[in-house]
Amino acid sequence: MGASPVADNLLFFTELVSMPVLDVQGRRIGRVKDAALVPMVSSSRIDRVLVGGGYTWLTIRYDQIRSIVLGKGIVLSDEQLTPYHDDEYMLRIGRDLLDQQIIDVTGRKVVRVTDVTMGIHNDGIRDTLTVLEVDIGLRSIFRRLCQGLVSPRWIRRLQRPIRPNSILWDLCNVVETDPLRRLRLNISYEKLEQMHPADLADIVEELSPAERGAIFETIDSEAAADALSEVDPKMQASILEALEPEKAADIVEEMAPDEAADILAEMEKGTSEEIMDEMDSAEKTEVQELLEFEEDTAGGMMTTEYVALHDNATAADALAALKGNTGLLESLNTLFLIDTEERLTAAIPLARSFIASGDTRLKDLASGTLIQVTVDEKQNRVTELFDKYNLLTLPVVDEEGKLAGVITADDVISVLRQK
Amino acid sequence: MLKLLRRFRYHLLVFFAVLGPGFITANVDNDSGGIFTYSAAGARFGYLPLWTLLPITLVLIITQEMCSRMGAVTGKGLSDLIREEFGLRMTFLMMTLLVLANMTNVMAEFAGVASSLELFHVSRYITVPISAVAVWFLVVKGNYKSVEKIFLFGCFLYVTYIISGFLVKPDWKEAALYSVEPKLMLDKDYIYMLIGMVGTTIAPWMQFYLQSAVVEKGVTAKEYAASRIEVIVGCIMTDVVAFFIIVACAGAIWSVRPRDIQDASEAALGLKPFGQYAFLLFSAGLLNASIFAACILPLSTAYSVCEGLGFEAGVNKRMREAPVFYFLYTLLIVVGAGVVLIPGFPLVRMILLSQVLNGVLLPFVLIFMIRLINRPDLMGEWVNPRWFNQVSWISVVVMIGLTLALVGITVRGMP
Repeated sequence: MGASPVADNLLFFTELVSMPVLDVQGRRIGRVKDAALVPMVSSSRIDRVLVGGGYTWLTIRYDQIRSIVLGKGIVLSDEQLTPYHDDEYMLRIGRDLLDQQIIDVTGRKVVRVTDVTMGIHNDGIRDTLTVLEVDIGLRSIFRRLCQGLVSPRWIRRLQRPIRPNSILWDLCNVVETDPLRRLRLNISYEKLEQMHPADLADIVEELSPAERGAIFETIDSEAAADALSEVDPKMQASILEALEPEKAADIVEEMAPDEAADILAEMEKGTSEEIMDEMDSAEKTEVQELLEFEEDTAGGMMTTEYVALHDNATAADALAALKGNTGLLESLNTLFLIDTEERLTAAIPLARSFIASGDTRLKDLASGTLIQVTVDEKQNRVTELFDKYNLLTLPVVDEEGKLAGVITADDVISVLRQK
Repeated sequence: MLKLLRRFRYHLLVFFAVLGPGFITANVDNDSGGIFTYSAAGARFGYLPLWTLLPITLVLIITQEMCSRMGAVTGKGLSDLIREEFGLRMTFLMMTLLVLANMTNVMAEFAGVASSLELFHVSRYITVPISAVAVWFLVVKGNYKSVEKIFLFGCFLYVTYIISGFLVKPDWKEAALYSVEPKLMLDKDYIYMLIGMVGTTIAPWMQFYLQSAVVEKGVTAKEYAASRIEVIVGCIMTDVVAFFIIVACAGAIWSVRPRDIQDASEAALGLKPFGQYAFLLFSAGLLNASIFAACILPLSTAYSVCEGLGFEAGVNKRMREAPVFYFLYTLLIVVGAGVVLIPGFPLVRMILLSQVLNGVLLPFVLIFMIRLINRPDLMGEWVNPRWFNQVSWISVVVMIGLTLALVGITVRGMP
């Protein structure tokens, strides 16, 4: 596949630039300087071609073009050209795309654009250019280096042995930090919301602080919260600090309270208070309680999101409780029982309550020994317990034996990895 | 009072959080080539050249500070920014020069490893391959955090020079006096020596390395105040080490009989009459400096090139994910270490060539830096203040002048 010649209906941006432009009579007007999309109208059709001739640049609309042929040039069908002025709705390929970083959504990485591959499409009246792929890698670097020094035909021949490396334009996401321009260029980050949070986190880590901010500002709070909890802990606080407090609060509310507390603890006091002021009171109290604990104790590791039922509850009650807490389902694997004074009495593996008949008392399904720690237990001891008893969850109780929170295996893994 | 203490503790914590890039970059400046330059200056002219260290420190701080500021504010490496603002062709040209210059630098470092261990009668055919493999594994198998810790420990080992400086018992009064009193002589060798000292102060790779390291470390504009202090302290420490190298050679060699030395290991031998320890520490310092730089140069080169040309890079990536990065990194080490083992290889000429390449590249790097750092769309409120711009233009022009003078001297003197 690497050796196949480039088809005639493809045109690289490097070839388009400096192509001669001829008017209806075949007189040369000038050379192509840049081309632009107008994403509001079409996300891939080249809407304008900018020509430099004489003192000013002129704008050619796509419907003023008759034909585009490599080696010959662009022939126009209309001569009413307008002088170029910097239109804010234009995404200029040469200025805004070439040499900049974009996100490859399926490849899940940040890449730098070296060239752009366009298709020439003829509908019987005119040739239209559409952006097909963004080129990265050696082949496009070679093209850029030779551009203007060697004829395009020769470049196409010489580049054959180099393996192409391109990304479909539909799978690219341009990053724009200016919110107003983002609107005008119709840039959204919806594609990013579909990615796995851990992949999105990797991408975000590679971007600059301004670009990070732009993404977290725009994607919905839930996706943002999921991604943020996967970001390098050192970076988390600085990302939230850069956002508007309301948006930051929205994201923090969506996070697990223990993770939210960890991030807020990393921030300067003024900023974290500003964010907490914007939060809903329920989530705020949870987070505040967690902030009281030292980071390297069981209290600092635990989350307050768990499902606790009354001592005498049955399997049917458990099912009902789960239906009311669908938000927790993804990571839930243990149910807890508490007595009338909220003291922890038993832990029940979730799967057991499933196979039990509806009227079975949960108490009877409890694991043999109840392993629990107090809020001030040291982090090292907690990880030891997880290892020794092969735990998935570990309940944490306060001085009076009341259930305060739960530590899950993923918390322990994060702690171990940071060492 | 308690509040003040707590504030101090906070600042100290932030300082340690950003510690690394500035320190490491400045210290690697004292690589085997740097140590040779300073030793030669001390052996030939004694305490006279000490005054240059003050302006050298200033210029070093000014240039390093700009890079670390750009890294913290934009979150992008220098070659990233050059690519985005000046296009692919310019980046490619600069990266080609950088690879060539650094390759010859790596050769010089492995030559330093060889000669420092040959002082202890260990053959280079054993030491160079072992150290090359060790260097390769350290970075490939480590992660950024652990590697940085080892590097910081390497910075600490420069203390050996300070101790050996004391062991030689130089004339402290004279050393103190000449540190602040500029001494100019219209002697050809003296002027060459001065140009050499200043001309080797800033190498292009340092600017690229520092900025990438600041980005990798995740320093933000908010923590930048601490980062700036780190850069300044690092630069000062580097020149304190340089001071002690000059003083040690002045006390041990110049005070006995002023003479030219051919390489840094000869300086170490010159310290022998002042005790086994002085000799030992000086040679250990040379070994440390050479290995240290041999680690960082290939790494920094591979990083800058991949960043600028848009290839995947990073020690945290696997070899399959970042093939170009690992290829370049390995190539630099293999070639750099390999040529030291070829008998009759014109190593000296190569090292002189690296000076020329560095000199050609430096003006581009410095001018691009100043242009980038004055762009409000990149730097926002962090652009250079006006007075700082004047100071940095002056130092850049002086640096470019002196570097080009050094290139001129080198080319004329080349065999």
